[in-house]
Formats: sequence, C-alpha cells, structure tokens
Amino acid sequence: MSDMWITMGPQHPFSHGLWTLKIRADGEIVQEAEPVIGYLHRGWEKECENRTYPMIIPMADRLCYSASMTWSHVYCKVVEEAMGIELTDRAKYLRVVADEICRIQSHLMWLAAMGTDLGNLTVFLWSLREREFFLDLNVKLCGQRLTTNYPRIGGVRNDMPYYFERDCLRAVDRFEKMIWELVAMMDESAIFLSRMQGVGIVSRKDAANFGLTGPTMRGCGVDFDVRRDDPYCNYDQLEWDVAVCNDGDAYGRYKVRIEEMFQSCDIIRQAMAKLDAIPKTEPTRVKAPRRVPEGTHFARVEDPRGESLMYLVSDGTDKPYRLKVRSPIFVNVSASKHLVKGVRIADIPAIMGTLDMCLGETDR
Amino acid sequence: MPYSSIREWVTWSEPINSPYGVFNIPYELAYRVWELIGGTLAWLINLIFPGNSLSEYLAFDQTFASYIAIAIMVIVIFAVAFVINLTMIWQERKVLGRMMDRRATRIGPLGYLQCLADGLKTFLKENIMPEKADKKGYMWALVVLIGTSVLIACMIPLSSRWFVVDYNTGLLLIFGLFAIAPFMILVAGWSQNNKYSLIGGMRAAAQMVAYEVPMLLVLASVVLLAGSFNINDIVYAQMETTWYILPLFLGFIVFLISAIAESERIPFDLPEAEAELVEGWQTEYSGMKWGLIMLADYFRGYVACALIVIMFLGGWTLPFIGDGPIPELVFLLKVFMVFFIFAWVRAAHCRIRTDQILHFGWKVLLPLSVVNLVIVLAIMLAGGILW
Repeated sequence: MSDMWITMGPQHPFSHGLWTLKIRADGEIVQEAEPVIGYLHRGWEKECENRTYPMIIPMADRLCYSASMTWSHVYCKVVEEAMGIELTDRAKYLRVVADEICRIQSHLMWLAAMGTDLGNLTVFLWSLREREFFLDLNVKLCGQRLTTNYPRIGGVRNDMPYYFERDCLRAVDRFEKMIWELVAMMDESAIFLSRMQGVGIVSRKDAANFGLTGPTMRGCGVDFDVRRDDPYCNYDQLEWDVAVCNDGDAYGRYKVRIEEMFQSCDIIRQAMAKLDAIPKTEPTRVKAPRRVPEGTHFARVEDPRGESLMYLVSDGTDKPYRLKVRSPIFVNVSASKHLVKGVRIADIPAIMGTLDMCLGETDR
Repeated sequence: MPYSSIREWVTWSEPINSPYGVFNIPYELAYRVWELIGGTLAWLINLIFPGNSLSEYLAFDQTFASYIAIAIMVIVIFAVAFVINLTMIWQERKVLGRMMDRRATRIGPLGYLQCLADGLKTFLKENIMPEKADKKGYMWALVVLIGTSVLIACMIPLSSRWFVVDYNTGLLLIFGLFAIAPFMILVAGWSQNNKYSLIGGMRAAAQMVAYEVPMLLVLASVVLLAGSFNINDIVYAQMETTWYILPLFLGFIVFLISAIAESERIPFDLPEAEAELVEGWQTEYSGMKWGLIMLADYFRGYVACALIVIMFLGGWTLPFIGDGPIPELVFLLKVFMVFFIFAWVRAAHCRIRTDQILHFGWKVLLPLSVVNLVIVLAIMLAGGILW
C-alpha cells in the first residue's frame, strides 16, 4: 500500500470534540500528522470586550464543559488581581474545594473517554457512575452540574449549604474505595498495559519545548504544578504531593491523572478541616468595585488539563479592553504532530486520549 | 364423489423415504407439517373438483412429501437457529448491562424483544451505497459473509436427533465455512472506496493469519483423540471417556482465545475498531445491510461457542447420565455458559493492536497448541484416556 492521507475528524469517534487530525499513513504506520482546529471558534475573546466584568463569569464557565469551575476561577482571579482585592480565607478554601471537585470529575470524564478509545465500555460506564457523585456535590454547592457559575469577583457566590461537608467527605471516602475497582481492572489487564506502555513517549526536554502543561507534562517527568510553585488560594497551607511520573509514555500520563485524583481527595479533606476552623460568620465574598483600574494583569490556575492563564488589559472602564485566554489544550494539541509520528493508527486514540482534549477552550 | 371428511386426507402416517434413516426431529416435524398443509389443500381441492388426481398426489405421494418436508425443515432449522441467536444477543446485553452497572434491554418481557425493535429500526433506515464502490464486491462479499454465517449456524447439531447433516467430515466442513468470513471482510473492506474500511479489511487478513493455525492445530488434537471428524462420534467419544477439557485444558484455552478472535469480538475486533476506524470495514454498510452483518456476527459467535461445547464440553451429553431426556436443552445451556465467558471477556478488556495479535498468535498460541498436540500424542501412545 502506498501512502495515503486520512482525515480523522471532525466527526470521528476518537476526536472528543470537533477537530481534525490529518495523517499520512503508510499501511498502519503514521508518517506525518497535522492537527486542524477551529471548528468551534465562536469569538469568545472578542465577545468579552462587550460585556461588563461580572457578565463574563458564566461565559468563562462555558470554555470547557468539564472544567468550568477552574475557568471561572482563573477569570475571577485575574480581575481580582487587577482590582487589588484580597479574598477572605473562607472564600479561598471554598474555591479550593470547588476546584478539586471539578478536577476529580474532569479526570473521571477523561478516564471514561479513555475507556471508549481503547474499546472498553465498562471503564466508560463505571467512570461516569463515580463522576455522578461529584456532579451531585456540584449541584449541592451551586445548583448546577456542569456550568457551575460559582466563583464571583471577590469571593464565591454562596457559602456551603447545610450538610455539604458531610456529603462531600462521604463522596470522597466512597470514591477512594470504589476507584480501586476501576484502577485494578485497567492495571491488571495485560492488554491495557500493552496498549498504553511505551506509546507516545515524550522526553522531559520535548515536554518543555512543546509547552505541555498539567498532567501531560508531569507524566513526562517535569515536576511542576502551579498550585505548588505559584500558590494561590492558600494551596501552600495544605499538605499534598505533586504526582509525577518519569516514564513519559501514555501509561505515565494515565498514572499521573489517577494519582492526582487521590491527591485531590486529600486536599478536599484538609480544606474541609480548615473551613471548620474558620468561623461561619466570615464573609465568603468581599465587595468589588465596578471599574477596574487601567493596567495589564495575568493570572494562572492549575486546570485539570494543564495551566490555564488569562491575560487582561483594562482601560479603566467596566469592560475589559482585551481578555486573552491561554488554553492548555491549544498548546498540547500542537504537540500531537510529534506525538503520533511513527506510531500505528491504533495507537492514535491511546495517545490523543491521554492529552484529554477539550475543544471549547481550544477554539474559544 | 360424495363429501369426504378432512380426516381421510390428513393421515398422520409415519414418514418413509427419510433421507436420514434415523430419527430426526426437524425432519419429523416438517413431515407432519406438510401432512397437515398438503392434506388440507388436497381436501379443499377435492371439494371443488371431486375425484381429481392432484389431491391424491398432494396427500399420499410419499416421495413428493419427503422433498417438501426437507424444504420445510430448512425453515424450521433456520427459525430455531435464529431464536437461539436472538437469545444470545439478549443474553449478552443483559450480562454486559449487569457488569457495567447500567440498564440493559427493556422492550418486551425481560427485554427480550429489543432485538426485534432494533431489527425493525435498521430495516426502516435508508439503504445507502457509495457511488464509487465496487458494486459486485460490495454486495457479494456481504451475501457470502452472511450466507456462510447462517449456513454454519444451521449446520450445528443440537443433539443426535436434531441435525441437518451428519457425515464423516462434518466438523471439517464447519471449520472451512467458518474461515470464509475474514476473506469476505477483506473483499468488503476493499470494495467500499473508503480508507477506513480498507484498513479494516487488511486488518482482518492480518488477524486471520494469527489465530487460524493454532485453532486448526487444536482441532487436529481433538480429532486425533476422538478418531473422527464426525460430530456425533466426537461427542460420544467424550461420553465414553471424559470431557476433553480435562486432558486438553491447554488446547481449550487456546481454542477459546482463537474462537473469540474468529468471531471478531472485543478484544480482537480490530477490523471494526470504532475508536480509530469509525466502524472499520462496516463503515459504508447502512440500514438493513449493517443489521444483517451484526446478526451474522452473532451467528458466528454461536458457532464458536457451539464448537467449544462439542469439542471440549461433551456436547449434549452429561456425565453419568448420557443423552438424558432433553439433550437439546443441555447443549444450549452449555452454549450459553460459554457465551457468558465471551461476554465477560468483552466487558473486562480493551482492544488489542494488530502487531500485538500477530505476536500473540505466533509466539504464544502456536507453541501452546503444538504442546497440546504433543500431549494428545502422549495420551494416544499410552493407550487412550484411562479412568
């Protein structure tokens, strides 16, 4: 068979979202690959320039359906920095809890997608089953499952409801017990290991040069986490470890994400303990001015998919002059060109699956 | 001629001229059915045209009746195989539903009618054929694929009194027809003018190379032990000694894996790997064509399970009991138990890669099947299976 170009996408089972991977295949071997994005471009950044600052929070939710909490968080964070607002401890820990719930459910969504990529529907359904408990926590905390609209400029929308702490700890305890069932099914399956180990290897140097962030980068042995190295929201007062794996292959990225879920459980427990110590009368939200003083600011937050960053140029009015989004997946997907070179077509879902694609934030 | 009662025409006579020579339920059933239909027809015709010779012919000509009975028997056999097939689809859905912690089928009693709903749905879908497809390859590959799958499913005997053919190379014939499907997948994938289906077809060819040889070596070991290709002989040889799963456990494992690969189920469904190849070689088959492909898949799954039961689990016999009152039911229960393992494997595993299945087939399954053959030779040299 001579070489042929295959257009995988935009409607293709492996592309979670609307994007295309054009590959030049020699039989089963991929010779060349070219990612094409832009099918979901909706002018998000331009749209923000016509809205006042509080109106952008729900829009930030919709950047990525399974990481809405961290996206509205990073938006609120950049505006707060521009305004020079300091949050109360209660608001900070509430954001930590919300972010970690979001991280766990996002990683579970990734695991579910990974299952279908490798042809195992049981992983898909079990992951979604576990994810429901965290979506229920979202409902209790802010009334919505996915687009939560919870953070506010200067804090969070509301305090925890009654019994939230109990429900949260129950969900976390249950999760830690049940997830082993799922992990055992994957880790003890020789077929799963043979599909994941040794494919899509990225060296530490390449990871840094491609600009990979988040679990994808930590799976390559780069020990960096915004939560630890540029702490926000009192993450530095909690005790947890950054999950790192030196393998650099798809299995390494898988292990990092699984480990991160357990670390998130630890963080939720500690944040809950800290919240207990803070008097309930402390406000969860401080007053924010309507206008933002002139200047440029940026803020970054550890998204479930990597480092999400927003860059704000304000001109002193109540609307941003420019709001730039640095999406982790936009950068990660550009590395796919190098990742899938020389692998088999069957490995493409396994490799791209470990990047955890989300096109809403990529195309914006 | 005066009015004659219908009882004079529907005679319920014992079938003679049976092509089988032994008691065969489908044939008996078909013969009775024809006596009823033919007798009634003859009676009706005789009412209108009294004393004609056609009525005599329809009701009393035994040679003619035996031909018609064989035609009706085909329908009976197919209907039974079809119901078994639907039951297996239903069983797999239920098992997968329980294992995946979700709802399974819900239409009809116990969700049994879901398959009929699906069949109706695929039947009502638009039938699309790609403009630039190779029409002959596109259609004939499908016809041969589905045809052979249904044929071998119908050729599986349910017991020594429920069979279509019973001759000395029965097992070999079934294996030969079983191995046609991957070729047809190759042709179908090639003919569709679609890159995904082309890759899927090529994968089917690569996969076949991996499992076909170990599978036939295990078949050889069983045949050596039983001393015959005849399914009846193999089953009764197991009843006289022991189920071959005990001496040939290694061969059983190899055959189980090869059978899963042969029926193209997860983890060996590379030709239709939906994650990377959309639907693989089935991509361009739409509507009822796709529905029939799915049906044929389960026919082949049934054949794979039935072969395991015949070759390793004593067929329709039970230890210490022998045939028992309803051997057909015993056989089907065993088949469903083996199919449970198939569904279980499907629920637990990911899809394997092309190079990995070749590796696995040639470096693991093939040596194991040769070892299995050596075990059989050792048993034969020691004078057969001794209790």
